[in-house]
Parts: sequence; structure tokens; C-alpha cells
Amino acid sequence: MIDALSRPQSVAVFGATSEIAGSLLQRLRGPALRHIVLAARPSPTRDALAASLRTDTADVTVLDFDASDPDSHPAVIDAAFAQGDIDVTVIAFGVLGNQADFDADPASAVEAAQVNYVGGVSVGMRVAARLREQGHGALVVLSSVAGERARASNYVYGSTKAGLDVFATGLGDALHGSGVHVMVVRPGFVRTKMTDGLPEAPLSVGPDDVADAIVNGLRHQRATVYVPSTMRFVMSGLRHVPRSLFRRLPI
Amino acid sequence: MVATNREQVSAALSSAPARGVIARGLGRSYGDPAQNAGGEVLDTTGLTGIALDDTTGMVTVAAGVSLDALMRVCTPQGWWVPVTPGTRQVTVGGAIAADVHGKNHHVDGTFTAHVTRMTLALPDGTDRDLYPGDALFNATAGGMGLTGVVVEADVQLLPITTSLARVDTDRFDDLDSLMAAMASGDDHYRYSVAWVDAGTRGTLGRGILIRGDHARAADVPDRKRTLAFDPGTLATVPALVPNGLLNKASITALNEAWFRKAPRQRRDELQSLTAFFHPLDMARDWNRMYGPRGFLQYQFVVPDTAGHVVQRTLEELRTIGAASFLTVLKRFGGEGPGLLSFPRPGWTLALDIPTGVPGMADVLDDLDELVIASGGRLYLAKDSRMSPRTLELTYPRLSQFRALRAEIDPNRRLNSDLARRLDL
Repeated sequence: MIDALSRPQSVAVFGATSEIAGSLLQRLRGPALRHIVLAARPSPTRDALAASLRTDTADVTVLDFDASDPDSHPAVIDAAFAQGDIDVTVIAFGVLGNQADFDADPASAVEAAQVNYVGGVSVGMRVAARLREQGHGALVVLSSVAGERARASNYVYGSTKAGLDVFATGLGDALHGSGVHVMVVRPGFVRTKMTDGLPEAPLSVGPDDVADAIVNGLRHQRATVYVPSTMRFVMSGLRHVPRSLFRRLPI
Repeated sequence: MVATNREQVSAALSSAPARGVIARGLGRSYGDPAQNAGGEVLDTTGLTGIALDDTTGMVTVAAGVSLDALMRVCTPQGWWVPVTPGTRQVTVGGAIAADVHGKNHHVDGTFTAHVTRMTLALPDGTDRDLYPGDALFNATAGGMGLTGVVVEADVQLLPITTSLARVDTDRFDDLDSLMAAMASGDDHYRYSVAWVDAGTRGTLGRGILIRGDHARAADVPDRKRTLAFDPGTLATVPALVPNGLLNKASITALNEAWFRKAPRQRRDELQSLTAFFHPLDMARDWNRMYGPRGFLQYQFVVPDTAGHVVQRTLEELRTIGAASFLTVLKRFGGEGPGLLSFPRPGWTLALDIPTGVPGMADVLDDLDELVIASGGRLYLAKDSRMSPRTLELTYPRLSQFRALRAEIDPNRRLNSDLARRLDL
């Protein structure tokens, strides 16, 4: 159960080796948290994370998880909920890709859509069924402002996040009144290994900022969280820029 | 789901969904004992009926009856509910499940100490009469509704000759003198409770000690002699209260005003029982004052030797700028037989604090450690944040309770958010 101070007792992260997930888990750890599920592809990072989170009062379950293989998801989700209720579930996986590579190899664009959108729907639907059954809990979905308006420079990535975002937003409404809280997180440019080497966009943030925003959003039961919060107004403006002008913007 | 008779209670238990069912009375617990996410909640307030034997003061009362309703019937006939918490708006079933205490715990013990029989609907749907001394009686007293659904109880009431209280009030400028007066003088009074200033300004721990007993008819002038019980309400708190109405500044100001309005010393004041016992009930639906979110109760008991934990708690909360709206200090008497009953001898402090204060979670976790180290415990009816480990270290009879629960409810037909959160 999430307690009166908004602290979960159990958390499951799909795509647990992302830097945002790591920052978030550091913030959630404490005497209240006693069950952690890390679902990710096998890697030393995953094992190190598990070791760093394991304490006398918190157990860690590590699950092999491949976002691009929906057939394998039911078993992973069964395993994630095997020990009981999960208070906070986070969908943190995703690939950014690079528009030039997508152009050169269309199959890689399909692969990105497979991971970001299809994987998100696959995990999201199954987790939602579990949460509806337990009658409480939060589902945090990492979307992106890139999904709000297509840009020529990364429209494949943007489209995968757009699909995921609409999915999660609708899911949130579908679960309204069930005791389950769905929160869509739309960060701007986040400085992580995923964006390493890319020119930094204005209003860029670090993984810690995103994690802080998630913790705060969970506390206030927000449906949509922008990181930084000012990004909400920037995007609101950008949505209304005429297309002929938007196309020429250096973003 | 609402139950209006015993058959409906049995049916609710027999047809409990996978995540179980839990009885709910008037919902005055501060945490999650009467919530059951994904499962069923059984509203027991439809279980009504009061049968008073006015020669013996023994009353047979249905579990859904509120103490308010019980008092309205019994007080005019010269019988008082022997244990009442700070509000009358709790049901008899809830009073048993939380094994509530009142200002007279140091003399009269908890609510279930006055229950001579109760009928419990067991998880398998059958009824059983339980008597003091029965293992299941002790598990049900303070058992937070997890052993079954209480449907009825016999309660021995206290004879009174007026519906007035004789009250002595003393004001103290610091916590030490307040606690010294309580330690030395409480035994002369049936009822005793102290209100403590836990605002963010002023002398920390200054307080008002309110002690008294029922006024005997012989002590009351003729024109005031009465057994009438007619508690009025001054106001109703509206359904929509914005968050943040009670904040650091308003709480500190209210505490200041409360302290200043109290006399330095007053003796033998006659008060109505309702003003003496239930000041909060003057405002109907007072619980709404806290707003849709943002407050929690923290109540612990520590042994007499650990009185310093009281001071330390007030200091720690002031350090992070957390003001407590209503802070109550009291001395408990002996421990009862309830396996999960809260009271044990010593000091109990109850605080009402906003959750949004940065650092609150860590401070309360640290205070938990002090309570654990001193041999105290936290009150389940008020808890909304303790860890299963804290519970395990502070309730020595928890394993007995768990064993009994496993025996009578192997399929977990009874369950609650509290039970899941704390592995009860």
C-alpha cells in the first residue's frame, strides 16, 4: 500500500536500467519500501542496481525482460506480481534512435516502434489488468514532449511516443474510479546515455529532475507531468505554431 | 455493501471476494483499517438496536450503533458509556475492533474491559458468542476487524446521577511541570487529559490539564441538576474544504488562542458531559476540516521511564516546521488482554500533523525508532505509515494474533489495506 506520506511499499520497473529509473529508485528507497522488481535485459548495470537496492528490509526480484518481445511479457508480468500487490509500476524502457539511421534502415524504425509503442501497450494493458484487480496502485509511463508535435528531425521517435502517450492517457481515463492512478510523464531533453552526443536543447534536464517530478506527481496524483514544468507552456505554444513556420524552427 | 441484519453479515462473509471483506463503521479511523482495495467493504451502520436493563446498567447493543446514539438513550436513564474516545461518532463495533480508550484509561481501562459478551460473525459465516478470557475475544479486542464482524455486544454501563462533569483546569507554562502534575495527581481523578501546544512558536509543550469526574447529584445545585443529554452542534463543516486551510500559521494561531483562553487554575467547574468529553463533536463532520488530503495522526505510548520521548517528539517536529493542530497527552494505566490492543502503562501523545512538510517522513521514522527503543508502540487505529518491522518489534503478541487469524480465517475472507500494509 502507498502510505499517508505517499511512500510505496512495492515498486516494479520495466526498463529498470534506464538512468531515470535508477534515480527514481534511489528516491523511493527507505524504511517503507520493501519489495522491488527490476525488469530489464541482463546486464552488469542491472545486477549492480539490484545489489545497491537490496537491504535487510527490502528484497529485490530481478526479471529478464525484453520490451521488443511481447510474447514473453505475460510471464514476466506474472512474475512481477507473484509476491503480491505492486504499488507503483513504471514503464521506463524506450529507444531514441536517430532519424538518419531510421532513414537508412527502415527496419530499425519498425524496431523502435516495436519497443516504444507496442512494448508499452503490451506491458501497459497487462499491468492495468493487475492493478484493476488489486484496486489500488499507480502506473507511471515515461512519454516525451517529442510525441506532442512531430518534428522532421526525430519524427519516428516522436510517433512512437505519441502512440504511447495517447495509449497511457486513455488508459488513465479508463481506470478512473478504480483506485488506480495512471501518470503520463513528458520530459523534454534529458541528459542521459541515450542522448549522449546530441546537442542539448533548451530547458534540458537531468534524470534526477525527472525522478523528482515523478515523486512529486505521485504525491499529488497528477495525470500528466512535464519536466521541467515550464515545458507545459512551451509545448502549449508550440502546438499552435502554424506548420509552415514550425517546419523552419531550429528545434 | 450495507448490512442491516446478521444474515446479511454472514452472507457477506460467505461470499467474500478473493481480496476479502472488511467491516466499516463510521469511518473515524485515521488510516486504512476500514478500507479494502480491490475487495469488499461491509457498512455495518445498519446494524441497530439498543436494549438497556436500567436496573443493572447492562446494555445489549448492535455493532452499528454509534456511541452518540447509545448515550442519547442511556444517559437520561442514569447510565454512562464507560469508555468514550474524543468523538461520539464511532460505532460499538469499531470501538471493540480498535479497543478504544478514553480519558479514564488509567482508572477504567479500554472499551473492551467493559464488554461482558460479544457476538462475532466468523469468517466461515457462523456466529459465536465470545466472553472475556476467550482467546478469540482477546484477538478481537483491538483486532481491527480481522477476526470476524462484531454484530452485537453486552456492555456494562456506569451509573451516574447527573449528566454533568465536575472539572478542574490547570494551565502550565512548560512540559515538565505539566507532566509532573499529571504523574502526581492523575490518580485522584477518574478522567484526565492534557492539551499541549505544539504550534511553531511559543514555549514548546506548555499545556492545559483538564481533569474531572461525573458530578454527583448531591454536589449540584437543584436548578442545574439534570440527566438530560442533548448535545448540540455549533456548526457543520462543509463538504468541500480546500487543502491548506489548516497550515502552519493558522494552527499556531489556534494553539495560541486555545492556550490563552484557558484559566490558570479553575476548580469544580460544572460542564456538560459532551463539552467535557467531545469538544470536537461540536462541529459536525469535524474530520472534513483537514481537507481532502494532507494530515495524519501520530500517536504513540511509551513507558513512564521514557517521558523524554514526548519532549523530543515536539522538538523534532518544530525543527522541521510542522505544527500539530490538536495535541493530546495522557497517562495510560495497565495493559489489557487484547492481543493488538494499543494501551500499555505510560505516556501517550497524539498529534495531528500535515503530511506536506518536507522531512516529515524521516522525522517520523526516527521517532518510531525512539518508540521501539523505549518499549512503546503506535496506535493502529491512527496509523497510516508505520512499517511492518515497527509493528513486529512493538506488539509482542502479534505472532499469537497471526496464528489465530491463520486458524480461523485460512482463506483470508477478512482483509483490509491495513492488514496488507502491515502483514497483520
